[in-house]
Amino acid sequence: MPLWTLIGLLEGKQTAPWPLHDGADGQSGFIGMPRYHPERCGEGCDACAEVCPTHAITMRPSDKDRPLDIDYGRCIVCQLCTEACPTQAMMPSSDWAFGARRREDLIWKEQPQTSTSIRGKPVSTFRRSLHIRHVDAGSCNGCESELQALNNPFYNLHRLGIFFTASPRFADLLLVTGPVTYAMLNPLRATYEAMAEPRWVMAVGTCAVSGGVAEGGYSCGHGLEGVLPVDVYLPGCPPNPAAIIHSLLMFLNRMPQRVRGGQLAE
Amino acid sequence: MTVSQATFLRPQQLKDVASRLRERGGRMQMVYAWHPEPDRTEVRYVVTEPNQHAFGIWSCDALGGVPSLAGIWPLMAWHEREVMDLFGVQFLDHPQPQPLVLHEGANPVRPPFDSAYPHDVTLQAEAAKQSIPEIAGAEADVQLLPFGPVRADVLESAEFIFFYIGEAILHYHPRLFFKHRGMEKRFEGLSADRAVILAERVSGVGSVAHALAYCQAVEAAANCIVPPRALFLRVLLAEMERLYNHLHYFGHLCHTTTLKVGEAEGKLLEEHAKQLNVRLTGSRFLRSILTIGGLRRDLSPDGWLGAELQRLRRDFSVYAERMENTDSHLDRLITTGKLDAHVAFDQGATGPVDRASGLDRDLRRDHAYAAYGQLSTAVAVRESGDAHARAQVRMGEIGASIALMQEALSRLPNGSVRVECSVMPKAEGLGWAESPRGTLFYAVHFDSQGKLARVKIKSPSFSNWRVFPYTVHDSNMMDYAINEASFGLTIAGCDR
Repeated sequence: MPLWTLIGLLEGKQTAPWPLHDGADGQSGFIGMPRYHPERCGEGCDACAEVCPTHAITMRPSDKDRPLDIDYGRCIVCQLCTEACPTQAMMPSSDWAFGARRREDLIWKEQPQTSTSIRGKPVSTFRRSLHIRHVDAGSCNGCESELQALNNPFYNLHRLGIFFTASPRFADLLLVTGPVTYAMLNPLRATYEAMAEPRWVMAVGTCAVSGGVAEGGYSCGHGLEGVLPVDVYLPGCPPNPAAIIHSLLMFLNRMPQRVRGGQLAE
Repeated sequence: MTVSQATFLRPQQLKDVASRLRERGGRMQMVYAWHPEPDRTEVRYVVTEPNQHAFGIWSCDALGGVPSLAGIWPLMAWHEREVMDLFGVQFLDHPQPQPLVLHEGANPVRPPFDSAYPHDVTLQAEAAKQSIPEIAGAEADVQLLPFGPVRADVLESAEFIFFYIGEAILHYHPRLFFKHRGMEKRFEGLSADRAVILAERVSGVGSVAHALAYCQAVEAAANCIVPPRALFLRVLLAEMERLYNHLHYFGHLCHTTTLKVGEAEGKLLEEHAKQLNVRLTGSRFLRSILTIGGLRRDLSPDGWLGAELQRLRRDFSVYAERMENTDSHLDRLITTGKLDAHVAFDQGATGPVDRASGLDRDLRRDHAYAAYGQLSTAVAVRESGDAHARAQVRMGEIGASIALMQEALSRLPNGSVRVECSVMPKAEGLGWAESPRGTLFYAVHFDSQGKLARVKIKSPSFSNWRVFPYTVHDSNMMDYAINEASFGLTIAGCDR
């Protein structure tokens, strides 16, 4: 064991400078949410809406200037729309910081609100420490794989004062993944009930936000919709570790929310 | 990739045919059900015939029930219970006819795969507790510990029930399928290419293996010849998936033996591998690349991936050597969770678990697919069947996997990566892949419109969860977490 420690020390610091300092966040090359350019849409073209497996894209036949409704809370980042679009109106992008406090911030809007202060009122109680209870409500294990990555030396979540805790009694935030299967509904509710107030809920991954590919059917619900009140929504399939960190820091008012009207602020 | 014609059997022939398969050295893989017509149910058996590339398919009409084969092939017990739950097929003389996939209290109005099951009616959250058999009288000192489904740390949901005295575990029962999402049913009615997105999301850390087995099943149904460059790149993707999964395995194994620096190092190497995945495909899980007939777009691994893999191989061999020289780590692994070869065979162990108990089986070599037949696939095997053997098999696989990738890179053909495939109505096909956790099957059936009528997924974790309790009964609490980590199981893949 001392040998391990020595060699570990000799290897030096492996942690990414981001988000505490400027520098690499380890996400370069990551393909995120497709970007929408309404002015490029061909008339009557519904190629993207037709291929979208989760109905994140729907047609608005009445509106010529903005023919599509896009709900990024339903997007599973499969990129089928970017391949199907003949006019490059849906383009691949590196946009991953899609954590939002309000569900409607994930729905595409022509002129997203930017006037309101981007930093909300700081929750001073949690400036330095946050305890999270995670519940898997039927995920594919992709979100868990990324949540587990948060404690690897590269992201090192502990340095930000954020911890996963075993007992819901000690938790401030309930972090839920998965579309909420019928069998996980009661255990999920029981975990929430066991948390002391004040308590908050974060939906991680498109399944938890809106149901994802497994939505409906004989076994699944529609994510946390109608199950628990949600304070932070983070779509993605799965969201990458940096997106999860960004959303947690956003919840703590230590980073600004970047998505407004389905678009990232530059 | 050819599917041999299905052999039609009468129910009364089944036991006899299954016994003879065993005698001649074959192996039963799975059973599933489907509806060739709305009111007809058929069961299909997939079997390995000795020294044959193609799998055998037996078909039997399920009306009036079929005999359970669990007495001859114990691994069939779970498969049959799943078919009972989801299709309402009766397996006569089943040794344990309780529900498996659907929890007690779910009370479906009809079996969910029944064609008359009301569309999008969700099962009820369970009202009843599971009935657990009593292991001793009330006066005995046997304690009951139900752990889960919400467990400590970031883990998948499942409930583990221990009957124990002090440190000694008398009996262990994993209660799974809390995460059952009904994924197989979600495929129905989709077109073949659209459903690849779904296959990628059955088990997140097995995205490539699932999409690959699914695509190969459809390609078999369509008699589609995939271009050589796509076949080589598919091998590359499948091995990249094995690499990050196995690296994660060692990080987690060190976590359970409390080798903290070893845990950090394993997880850091996993992160490096995932970042290579992003550089190659834009996705940390290698998603959005595979499709029917090849790949959705070409990849450019030339000039950089080989060097990165070489570096990872060097880092891993130093790391592995240090683990193999750490007494405190080895003390917890050697003799822990021993799985005998005959139990592994009878109960259907697969992948590294199987190979650690001395069973030399690997689909990449024995039933070669993609470009594996043109490459040299070394298979790591150990005999002792304990947690250490399971770790050593994975160590061997990391080295072999990187060597395989280097060979594929050096011989990567040029040319297109996709060919158009069209599926005939009523076609069917079987696809398979050796996922990082073992044997994965997809069976697909198309309807008269050329849409998917039925997709059956046999995941490796379904097989290995069936086996795992045999190494826990009569062991002790201190070793449990280590033993579980040494199996490297996922729950999403098992529950589907």
